[in-house]
Amino acid sequence: MLPVGYYIALSAILFTLGALGVLIRRNSIVIFMSIELMLNAGNLAFVAFARAYQSLSGQIFVFFIMAVAAAEVAVGLALIVAIFQTKRSIDVDQLNTMQG
Amino acid sequence: MTSELILFFILAIVAVASAVGMLLSRNAVYAALYLILNFATVAVFYLMLSAAFISLVQVTVYAGAIMVLFLFVIMLLGAEHTGRLSESGWMFWTPIVLGAVLAVEALYIILRQWKAIPATQAAGSDFGAPAAVGLELFQNYLLPFEVTSVLLLVAMIGAILLARSKKA
Repeated sequence: MLPVGYYIALSAILFTLGALGVLIRRNSIVIFMSIELMLNAGNLAFVAFARAYQSLSGQIFVFFIMAVAAAEVAVGLALIVAIFQTKRSIDVDQLNTMQG
Repeated sequence: MTSELILFFILAIVAVASAVGMLLSRNAVYAALYLILNFATVAVFYLMLSAAFISLVQVTVYAGAIMVLFLFVIMLLGAEHTGRLSESGWMFWTPIVLGAVLAVEALYIILRQWKAIPATQAAGSDFGAPAAVGLELFQNYLLPFEVTSVLLLVAMIGAILLARSKKA
């Protein structure tokens, strides 16, 4: 069994890459994918600590995070589709006005 | 121990490389496929951490359902070509520098606290098995579980309302 610190370090690296993706990409779908990457990095840390403390609560939290992520993706992608129907673009640089 | 270490590092390289590939790919479909690869490797990490149930949920829900939804939307909108990353140099390099600072900070803290992270003992054979997770879920987390069902219902109604055509 590897030390849990390895998994935590990997989780930190993946989270950083996700945060970087939100900052450098301009396509809102790819930004959304980066948010999923960050959620996934958090899940990895949860599972690693659940293993370290021999407690199943961490895994239950991951289960709930996955349910929330699924709900978030459904609503978020519906929002992106609605924005595309009005603005004909999903580039975040073009979405600088709230009104139609 | 050593074979596990080798497996961990190979998979870690695949995970980080697929995340970087997702960040830099010009085509949104490629980005989604890189992300599926990343989720699959993380599912293997879950197996190594004796979380069998979570690992399979990761494959079916994340790599399966959620990414299929992403691919549907990308192809529905015809938005494969994502174009440039950022318009000017500083808008690209400032996040890179800030991200590097964040990563170095996080790794520094992890290395400093390395002793505080508890050493892992061998887990029982049923740790993380579906039966054990189900018992924990329905004994100690019944209310959050039910609230999650309400959340999913609300998300479903919201998605239908947002995505339906304006003419109807």
